[in-house]
Amino acid sequence: MAYSEKVMDHFANPRNVGEIPDADGVGEVGNPKCGDIMRMYIKVDGDVITDVKFKTFGCGAAIATSSMATELIKGKKIEDALKLTNKAVMEALDGLPPVKVHCSVLAEQAIKSAVADYYKKKGIDPAPIVGDIPECESCACEL
Amino acid sequence: MGRFIYADNAATTPVSKAVLEAMEPFYTQYYGNPSSLYSVGREAKKPLELAREKVAQCLGAKPNEIFFTSGGSESDNWAIKGVAHEQAKKGKKHIITSKFEHHAVLHSCETLEKEGFEVTYLDVHHDGLIRPEELEAAIREDTALVTIMYANNEIGTIQPIPEIGAICKKHGVLFHTDAVQAVGHVPINVKEQNIDLLSLSGHKFHAPKGVGAIYIRNGVRCPNLIDGGAQERGRRAGTENVAGIVGLSVALEEACKNIDANTERLTKMRDRLIDGLLKIERSRLNGDRVKRLPGNINMCFEGIEGESLLLSLDLQGVCASSGSACTSGSLDPSHVLLAIGLPHEIAHGSLRITFSDQNTEEDVDYILEILPKIVDRLRSMSPLWEEIITGQKKY
Repeated sequence: MAYSEKVMDHFANPRNVGEIPDADGVGEVGNPKCGDIMRMYIKVDGDVITDVKFKTFGCGAAIATSSMATELIKGKKIEDALKLTNKAVMEALDGLPPVKVHCSVLAEQAIKSAVADYYKKKGIDPAPIVGDIPECESCACEL
Repeated sequence: MGRFIYADNAATTPVSKAVLEAMEPFYTQYYGNPSSLYSVGREAKKPLELAREKVAQCLGAKPNEIFFTSGGSESDNWAIKGVAHEQAKKGKKHIITSKFEHHAVLHSCETLEKEGFEVTYLDVHHDGLIRPEELEAAIREDTALVTIMYANNEIGTIQPIPEIGAICKKHGVLFHTDAVQAVGHVPINVKEQNIDLLSLSGHKFHAPKGVGAIYIRNGVRCPNLIDGGAQERGRRAGTENVAGIVGLSVALEEACKNIDANTERLTKMRDRLIDGLLKIERSRLNGDRVKRLPGNINMCFEGIEGESLLLSLDLQGVCASSGSACTSGSLDPSHVLLAIGLPHEIAHGSLRITFSDQNTEEDVDYILEILPKIVDRLRSMSPLWEEIITGQKKY
């Protein structure tokens, strides 16, 4: 398994690990059976994500993509955060081995899921804004 | 930094100095083809037969029952497919194996299933052992072969081989054992244990990769897997890997000579490490504690994933392995851990540490020092761990 230096850096020194007790939105994707769970907490002020934290159960790539994704959306507008693709997360990490691409997909989904939760809490239907977040789509796990 | 501990000896071992020295002349001096008539060829032939004698002696076999191969996978393929095809001529098309064999055995069986053979996959119990009585009950009139591994490559459990051998003998069924993990590490005597065919691989006991052997008891018909020249008395074609074969025999002789001393020392190290790691909350040992290879430790730590555990260990100089899906390149965790009944989410958090005679008590100290901290760190960022300790998630 050849990880880039950036992946190893984010694995060894993950940014934004932890929880936000009074988070405005919390999203969780993945499942323990597949071996990956990502939980993301966001704090929103106006339309800006002012703070973001994560907790992840998973492999090195899962932890590194979570960390990188939080860095990429912190301080960004919600609409920009929703535009973040798994590809952008991968590129920011100087790539991932092919079998680990699904980890970057999970990171993208974790953000969307946290934003969806934020809208739900505000009484707004997230579906038209966030779109569908299929559960663990690339794992195709049977639960 | 600076510490480096190689603790993945079930994956492969370093070639020992003595082995390398024994091999060297066959690359530079006696490089001739053993089939050739001239001196550099002839000089390569004799050591080949000497190597065969040594290997035979270590297994309690006769030299003419030993054939050199490219390794464990080839030996397994040869034994299983060869015996199956021979027995099929008598209408015997049933094979008995277990659910946690090496893939060289499982995939050979799957190939035979596609050819119309029927395979019974015995359950492996929670302790990582099969039950001889269940094996006996699975034997049928048309059973061609029983193939059960001597010791498991992941959890190190040692199967009741003498009992299995006796049952097979009683019912007149041939018995093959994949002993890749066991040879050189536990005493084996093919005659006393009623083993008809046995596979072994050099690189698990300080010989180089790419060389192995098979024992085929005299009288057992097992047609060739590799056709071609008349090497290995016409049974296995291909110019002999003379240096590798010499290396294998020297390594095996060395391992067998020291088997008691190594077992005593490694068992102590193993048990101390197991005891220390079991102090970690919600950890467990996989496989029977006593009936296991002296150097094998296989543990699960709930709430964390194996690959991140391995990466963390690697960052601190320790090489180990895991049965997590992420390390296998597939989405499922190890078939061995699933076979002994572990749920997926726990199997993902497995760690295998395998020592050889080159490891020391200091290695145990170091692992005991760093591993609990690594587990703590990964758990502190794991949402699954949070659910486990708050009681939301139960196993």
